[in-house]
Amino acid sequence: MKMNGARIMLECLKKEGVDTIFGYPGGTVINLYDEIFSFKDIHHILPRHEQAGTHAADGYARATGRVGVCIATSGPGATNTVTGIATAYMDSIPMVIITGQVPTALIGNDAFQEVDIIGITRPCTKHSFLIRDVKDIALTMKKAFYIASTGRPGPVLVDFPKDVQIAQGEFHYPDTVDIRGYKPNLSGHPRQVEKAVAMILESKRPVMYVGGGAVLGGAAEPLTILAKNLTVPVTTTLMGLGAFPESDDLSLGMLGMHGAYCANMAMTHSDLIIAVGARFDDRVTGKLSTFAPHAKIIHIDVDPTSIKKNVRVDLPIVGDVKDVLTKMIKQAEKNKDKLAAFETALEPWHGDINAWKEKHPIAYKHSNTTIKPQFVIEKLRELSNEDAIISTDVGQHQMWTAQFFKFNKPRTLLTSGGLGTMGYGLPAAMGAQAAFPERQVITICGDGGVQMNIQEMATLVQNRLPVKIVILNNNFLGMVRQWQELFFDKRYSSTCMELPIDYIKLADAYGAKGFLATKPEEVEDVIRRGFAEDGPVIMEFKIAREEKVLPMVPAGASLNEMVLNA
Amino acid sequence: MQHTISVIVENDFGVLSRIATLFSGRGFNIDSLSVAPTNEEGLSRMTIVTRGDDQILEQINKQLNKLIDILKVIDFSDGSAIERELALIKVAAEDDARAEVLRIVDIFRAKIIDVTPKSYTIEVTGNPVKIDAILELLRPLGLKELVRTGSVAIGRGAKGWNG
Repeated sequence: MKMNGARIMLECLKKEGVDTIFGYPGGTVINLYDEIFSFKDIHHILPRHEQAGTHAADGYARATGRVGVCIATSGPGATNTVTGIATAYMDSIPMVIITGQVPTALIGNDAFQEVDIIGITRPCTKHSFLIRDVKDIALTMKKAFYIASTGRPGPVLVDFPKDVQIAQGEFHYPDTVDIRGYKPNLSGHPRQVEKAVAMILESKRPVMYVGGGAVLGGAAEPLTILAKNLTVPVTTTLMGLGAFPESDDLSLGMLGMHGAYCANMAMTHSDLIIAVGARFDDRVTGKLSTFAPHAKIIHIDVDPTSIKKNVRVDLPIVGDVKDVLTKMIKQAEKNKDKLAAFETALEPWHGDINAWKEKHPIAYKHSNTTIKPQFVIEKLRELSNEDAIISTDVGQHQMWTAQFFKFNKPRTLLTSGGLGTMGYGLPAAMGAQAAFPERQVITICGDGGVQMNIQEMATLVQNRLPVKIVILNNNFLGMVRQWQELFFDKRYSSTCMELPIDYIKLADAYGAKGFLATKPEEVEDVIRRGFAEDGPVIMEFKIAREEKVLPMVPAGASLNEMVLNA
Repeated sequence: MQHTISVIVENDFGVLSRIATLFSGRGFNIDSLSVAPTNEEGLSRMTIVTRGDDQILEQINKQLNKLIDILKVIDFSDGSAIERELALIKVAAEDDARAEVLRIVDIFRAKIIDVTPKSYTIEVTGNPVKIDAILELLRPLGLKELVRTGSVAIGRGAKGWNG
């Protein structure tokens, strides 16, 4: 049966099991939208800005593990997706971005709303395609989904010219795809696995350092089993939160710039670091020359480029983290006779760690007069459902969430870790809520970032997506203000948001509910009332204005040079 | 340290810019780059001469391998490849210099491919060190124009890149 290219595209999405797309119409995707109008198998959500649509697809992908899909028109629609694509790229999120393009005959002519979006996004996509012929749509889409979702995942952009959408063709979706230049190595080498377990059993002060790869690779379960079987303590990066339950005694919490004292001390004193799907980012390592000076390093990652990029590695294992950890569990079982002696040998190490935990736990000073943001996070934790999905924006509130929420399950924290994109939280929560209409979805934002995509309130209300928006309002761009306080002599250059916004009226304007807390005793009540609402809600908390995120490793300092009180 | 890498790529739209973007975005150097189709349909081969310490070269290799359009990255360690480059050189040649140029051309087994009363245009092929050497000798006579192709390299021995 012949059909037009636009319809073929939708049939491809259906074959890939896509149930929800986020998209914004325009001149070069109007034919695609004409098909969407009558295509009942895919739910289309109209955001109010293409950047938000891209973040929503990203939030959908992070919450579900499936490929997020979004659509934008050519030109400005396409350029608006760039921040969203770069956000997904830095955190390795599987996405397919479909952009309209001017008709193939006009490409390169500076046509109306023409932009070289493939050129613009080349450094921040895993791959990209320009479809020049209706016959190529199905194979291209098969490749796009395959590339986006396998190996180290990432965003793939498909540029889809208007004339190709109109052209008639047959639809045959390939069952398999073979890309000769793309063969990710998923299976960890058995010899390397053997060596890794032997190195662990010889170590006295091991620590597992777990990144977003463990969440993306669905490795939370084998990770937890391996850590517990071997009694090896676990610290996670921001992106790794949820991969290992923070409620467990072996958890050290997050490490790095705003990580726990015990986690950073453990890294500094460790004799063996087992890196799992992590990439030794500068926010994690601090000063590289003094990072983990006593440790050998085992690095498990599906992406060979992550290995030995920033730090020397003693034992690389390229492979899917789930596969490698599962093999390591089996290998450890073969060495059962050595386990008791190993665990005994680890006792002094656990003693050191417990002492660090007690010496400087993640903590804050409570106040009876002003609302402490950490207190709000603790209350949110206490009053939210166990399977609630939390998204954050970027800044102080993001770090307080990472420190105080205590994540126990993978894919429950959606946050822009690599790119650090303000404006991410609200639309990402929207995408997660679209994927899980029945689950509680909460976005925790500051008053800076929330305004960067506040227009999505309309999308939430229109689509009955009951996202709970928490605004920790200090009338500051708080994280930059904190740096200005500590390192720039309190010269608060352009960080004071001087115009107070009435968020309650704003919620009302969009047809949502708003609640405000200005005193600590109102916090619990506002959260309870907000959570009880069926629709989207803004919960605003006027927090202590100059509260800082502590502890802190100043940029360029060593991990053990933490500012604990300032 | 200079290093020669051969890259087998799909003849796809934008593949050269993907590689160029990778090098510029990550701050890797390209000393020379040459590209042309191979004997296999749909495949091109690039020879990239780059520089860096071992860690940078390892990253360059891995990052190239990661690009979807790249089938194979062949990293030539010292002596494992034969390298050749072609140069076209326009050199001033009047009076006594004309004979001197011809002598140099003869020594380097180069060829004169264009001649005027005031100049010779020379074609020379060889490994890049040889090209550097002839240039060194011609430079005092007055180089008017120089075009180099950049290195191409092929592995020694009976085997082709894919066996």
